Amino acid sequence: MAPTHPHVDRPQIEEARFSFSDHLYEWVSTVDHKRLGLMYIVAALVFLVIAGLMATVIRLQLAFPNGKVVDPDTFNRLFTMHGTTMVFLVGMPFVAGLSNYLVPLMIGARDMAFPRLNAFGFWIFLFGGFLLYFSYIGGSGLSGAGSAPDVGWFAYAPLTARAFSRGASTDYWILGILVAGIGSIASAINVIVTTLSMRCPGMTLNRMPMFVWVMLIDSWLIIIALPPLSAAQIMLLIDRFLGGNFFNTQSGGSAVLWQHFFWIFGHPEVYILIFPAFAILSEVIPIFSRKPIFGRPAMVGAVASIGFISLGVWAHHMFAVGMTSWSNTFFTASTMLVGIPTGIKIFNWTATMYGGKIRLATPMLFCCAFLFQFLVAGLTGIMLATGPFDWQLHDSYFVVGHFHFTLVAGLVFGLFAGMYYWFPKVTGRMYSEKLGKWHFWLFLIGVELTFVPMHFLGFLGMPRRIYTYAPGRGWEFWNLIASSGLLFQLPAILIFVWNVVHSALRGKTAGDDPWDAWTLEWATTSPPPEYNFETLPEVRSSRPLWDLKNPNDPDWRFE
Amino acid sequence: MDAVLAGNPPSVRSDWRLPDRGTMGVIFLIVTESALFTIFVVAYLVYIGKSLSGPYPKDVLDVPILASICLLSSSVTIVFAERALKRNRIGMFRAWWFATILLGLEFLVSTGLEWRKLIYEDHLTVSTNLFGTTFYSLVGLHASHVIVGMVFLLLVMLVTLLGFPIHTQERRVKFLSWYWHFVDAVWVVVFTVVYVIGR
Repeated sequence: MAPTHPHVDRPQIEEARFSFSDHLYEWVSTVDHKRLGLMYIVAALVFLVIAGLMATVIRLQLAFPNGKVVDPDTFNRLFTMHGTTMVFLVGMPFVAGLSNYLVPLMIGARDMAFPRLNAFGFWIFLFGGFLLYFSYIGGSGLSGAGSAPDVGWFAYAPLTARAFSRGASTDYWILGILVAGIGSIASAINVIVTTLSMRCPGMTLNRMPMFVWVMLIDSWLIIIALPPLSAAQIMLLIDRFLGGNFFNTQSGGSAVLWQHFFWIFGHPEVYILIFPAFAILSEVIPIFSRKPIFGRPAMVGAVASIGFISLGVWAHHMFAVGMTSWSNTFFTASTMLVGIPTGIKIFNWTATMYGGKIRLATPMLFCCAFLFQFLVAGLTGIMLATGPFDWQLHDSYFVVGHFHFTLVAGLVFGLFAGMYYWFPKVTGRMYSEKLGKWHFWLFLIGVELTFVPMHFLGFLGMPRRIYTYAPGRGWEFWNLIASSGLLFQLPAILIFVWNVVHSALRGKTAGDDPWDAWTLEWATTSPPPEYNFETLPEVRSSRPLWDLKNPNDPDWRFE
Repeated sequence: MDAVLAGNPPSVRSDWRLPDRGTMGVIFLIVTESALFTIFVVAYLVYIGKSLSGPYPKDVLDVPILASICLLSSSVTIVFAERALKRNRIGMFRAWWFATILLGLEFLVSTGLEWRKLIYEDHLTVSTNLFGTTFYSLVGLHASHVIVGMVFLLLVMLVTLLGFPIHTQERRVKFLSWYWHFVDAVWVVVFTVVYVIGR
């Protein structure tokens, strides 16, 4: 930088005199990866609360037989919007937000590779979300009463055909998700390029933090798996607006083809969603066990192989549509194959903890619960991967229980671990450990109460997506238990929100490195300055801060 | 930080090289675009011969030989243009660039004429049958990529004609030419699927 001329007057604005509109302008026009990352995460949390409240209404409706809380049409809209929001407006922005905030810090870069593309990605995602929710007002055209999409989050053909889905609600579903998807792809390309081109000196791929590795492969999955959904949605638009025949069975089109296209996206998508949890666990468990991660190369290999195998398992969602027995066999086998790298990961996390000096702070508690719960979710996944077993339980509450166990008892626990772990870095203040533990235990009890009974309901034959049920089928007890989980989950979330807001404003100052951690984001101040690092760091091992703190026993001697 | 690490392995700071971010960005843009095209190609392949009513491809489709030759050779002319730019011969660059635009334009015009014939004479629209739906979608998706490429080609042409220094933008010209090669490669696939296998 050229030396500043003493006579040049720079416009100086006192921070204290920033008006609300100044702040707003700063946030709206920012290209800083940390602010964009935070905006992604805040937007995701807001959508999480909205979709969570929808789930609350659903559970209230199902708590007792012959529920009268909502009518059937509203119920269809509720589960459609709940699923769509959770996947596209909560899970995806969490992927983007976490990788945006942390990847540049962890690899010792000043920003993402394409900061403006990054801002574009966030805003187009946000407005995609608004577009989806605008359907509540404009779903039947502006003149008519609004209605949200009611075709389920996977919008199976021919339910989405003009004849069966009148009005514009399905179009809002298509366009909102299409637009938000463009943002996800933009952000994924950005993460990949940042990882490949922006690493600080010495940060070879072998030394890259596990978090960055997992998010790299996650972004790879996004750019491969999201375009099929966009393509299928464009085809659906052509069907709905131009009278095309892609999924129109009356002129030879195939409704099953939509299922194939959707799940070619949809199955990798569930790995896209769970990967951030893998990434967070791979950082949190070593720090709170005071041991480097066990079997690092095997861990990277496992993630990479999930990144490829998961592209070839999609039709296990379709055993019940009548594929050939060869297809059924292939997809059963490939799905079980994914269990191997996933098992390696769980083994390695456990082995990292084995013999470690474990600190059971809130992030670690969430990680421990994740290990148990995700294992159960994985095992029910293996059960459902078996074709004949799936025929029995397809479209039952067993499936609902299975994927809520992966996504809530798994992913959400991982996300909470991550949010508590990096909270001091992001805000510069410490959260309340006591409230964190209350949050953990209440949420744990609530989640178990809500989602374990769903498995039993599936065995008892309760189908998915029914808006109510008659008494006397043996479903009353478990449904009531499932709904009662809300009594624990809702206070837990309230405690979390209070903890975050209160601690961010009034918490104790955390310092730069409260966890005595080893990756580069803890080398800079909390919160990090806009430029992240005054001088770009140089690293010599996968634990640069360990080297710094233990100059007599640095890691690079053993790598 | 470095002071603490005295006596460490030698610093790699001075010769630390990573791939260019623009290059990586374009490569992964092309990867994700390929995934998009793959699904449309698969849809076309799945629906070959599944139309319940005419017109059928063998009755109405003519192989667009001239247009294909034009589009493929535009990939050659754009390489010549790039080379001229590298040697700083702006006149040559403009000439080859202009040739690329003309060839691309000829492709678009002949696609337009083909569609006009199909719509007005053969009464094949996107809603007529499965062939119409998949044909217009796949060829249209490709053509829209050609149009995007044309917009950028014209932009570069405009920049050079107005006398702005284009040789400082060599990198971006290179990325544009990669995109153009990609669009050409997709045409090879579309051509094979639509006009060879599909007929």
